[in-house]
Amino acid sequence: MFEFKRIFQKSKYIEVKNLGNDGDKKPNIPSGMWVKCRTCGKIIYIKDLENSIMTCENCRTHFRIGSKDRLYYTLDEGTFIEYDEFMISDNPIDFEGYTDKLEIIRNKTLLNEAVLTGEGKINGQDTIIAVMDSNFMMGSMGSVVGEKITRAIEKATDNKKPIIIFTASGGARMQEGIFSLMQMAKTSAAIARHNERGCLYITVLTDPTTGGVTASFAMLGDIILSEPNALIGFAGKRVIEQTLKQQLPEGFQRAEFLLQKGFIDKIVDRKVMKDTLSEILKIHS
Amino acid sequence: MVTLPFEKHMCELKVKIDELKELSIDQNIDLENEIRQMEIKLYNMQKKSYANLTAWDKVSIARRVERPTALDYINKIFDCFVELHGDRYYGDDSAIVAGIALFNDIPVTVIAQQKGNNTKENIKRNFGMPSPEGYRKALRLMKQAEKFKRPVICLIDTPGAYCGLGAEERGQGEAIARNLMSMSTLKTPIISIVIGEGGSGGALAMAVADEVWMLEHAIYSILSPEGFASILYKDVSLAKEAAISMKITAQDLIEFGVIDRIIKEPLGGADTNVDEMAVSIKRNLEEAIGRLICEPIESLLTKRYYKFRKIGKVVEEI
Repeated sequence: MFEFKRIFQKSKYIEVKNLGNDGDKKPNIPSGMWVKCRTCGKIIYIKDLENSIMTCENCRTHFRIGSKDRLYYTLDEGTFIEYDEFMISDNPIDFEGYTDKLEIIRNKTLLNEAVLTGEGKINGQDTIIAVMDSNFMMGSMGSVVGEKITRAIEKATDNKKPIIIFTASGGARMQEGIFSLMQMAKTSAAIARHNERGCLYITVLTDPTTGGVTASFAMLGDIILSEPNALIGFAGKRVIEQTLKQQLPEGFQRAEFLLQKGFIDKIVDRKVMKDTLSEILKIHS
Repeated sequence: MVTLPFEKHMCELKVKIDELKELSIDQNIDLENEIRQMEIKLYNMQKKSYANLTAWDKVSIARRVERPTALDYINKIFDCFVELHGDRYYGDDSAIVAGIALFNDIPVTVIAQQKGNNTKENIKRNFGMPSPEGYRKALRLMKQAEKFKRPVICLIDTPGAYCGLGAEERGQGEAIARNLMSMSTLKTPIISIVIGEGGSGGALAMAVADEVWMLEHAIYSILSPEGFASILYKDVSLAKEAAISMKITAQDLIEFGVIDRIIKEPLGGADTNVDEMAVSIKRNLEEAIGRLICEPIESLLTKRYYKFRKIGKVVEEI
């Protein structure tokens, strides 16, 4: 560590950017070659960070990653076939400024919406997959997220295939009002049909998974996995603190807390996520 | 009774009418003509203002403490209501009242979110905010209804699911999710009626139904207007404006196809005449239950699935 600091002081053109803390773990890949883990303070060479799939080797912190990276790390190379790639949001309750906001975010993130859906292979095994992306309006679920996920589930049901959903969401998309709320019913009903056909549904909860997504398809997996330390809950921490007028315990609403309370099956490190999913698929094949 | 801003003029007029009535009795003067004219004026004023309520007026009406709660209706609509308690896992949630009853001699299961009629009762009922055990009790009794082939009637009236430490520890999200999933395939008819506030996932967890109705001045929303204003406008004092742009009234939601029916309230709102309101709900239920129990289960479930399946607006570029 001392060595790194000296190098840093001497070479002013090497840019060090902070990356990740408890509140903000956006995986902004910095323009510099070094990043600092805000949890433990370790300076990490960017290539090492990429090699460790965006996790800190020192303290196990899992940085947030986007949906495209997630697919890259999860599926066999070149096997992904995307569904409904060009579906974008309408403005169902004519909420002022929403259409423009979407346009800006689409341009900024190069994503069409907060979820990517499709099919692919994990160590040679077929699966349908949906991956949410917290970079797009905090992964919030509006009509498009609901529709894409529902279609993916229906495809899995029709073809008797498993589905894996990686969740990352602040909850319902407020700008779509009641339409967002109804996506909870729509996706859960699709899961019910998939379940009745005897198909496998795996959810992988990633940081953060809250609100309307927690209260619908996220919690309905036959097997619910989570990344370490992911924030998972129904109500926001601030709302609860205001309701209770007291501080919440350390580690509240973290994956380890949910595991202890019996709401998730297993916490899985990102490095072994693909192999874990592969094993579960194999057992169900 | 708290007077809402839009009711001020009507209240003043009503006070005047009462004064005149008193005067005519005390002084033995014939004021019948004047009183009648003023009563007609009041009626017209009421008719006009209740037909043109803003979304915020409706929020105020839906939340007023005088508004009839689920138990006010249950005993008027159903016979032999037997309340059943507990989720069989953890506890009994008094924010949800549930049980079995007869509806015109048809056995039914009634599940309702219960607010209080005063502060003391509201504390007991947790202001109608259910905990996970409430949703699990609801689901247990829905499964029981399925077994005995009883239609389920849900009355919705909640600011939202309870947000607390215990609720999180016991899986509020899981409890709501489980209800959404299980209700979508429950093999018996379900009718949900929003009688006051339909607050977010906490309301939806009892509203994945074959038919979703709202009383004329009820509201149903993704979040409270206050919460919405604080998130999107960063200013909680803009709740009135939020209520309008959120589109939360029964009239907005029937246009969106999110609900199926609006039940008209007595002039001045449900609290002015609970009996009339109950009769009106009962008449609507008579028609719907009679129809739904004759429908083959498979077709009922297909329709229920597509009722929610079709909600959402997207643009698909080619």
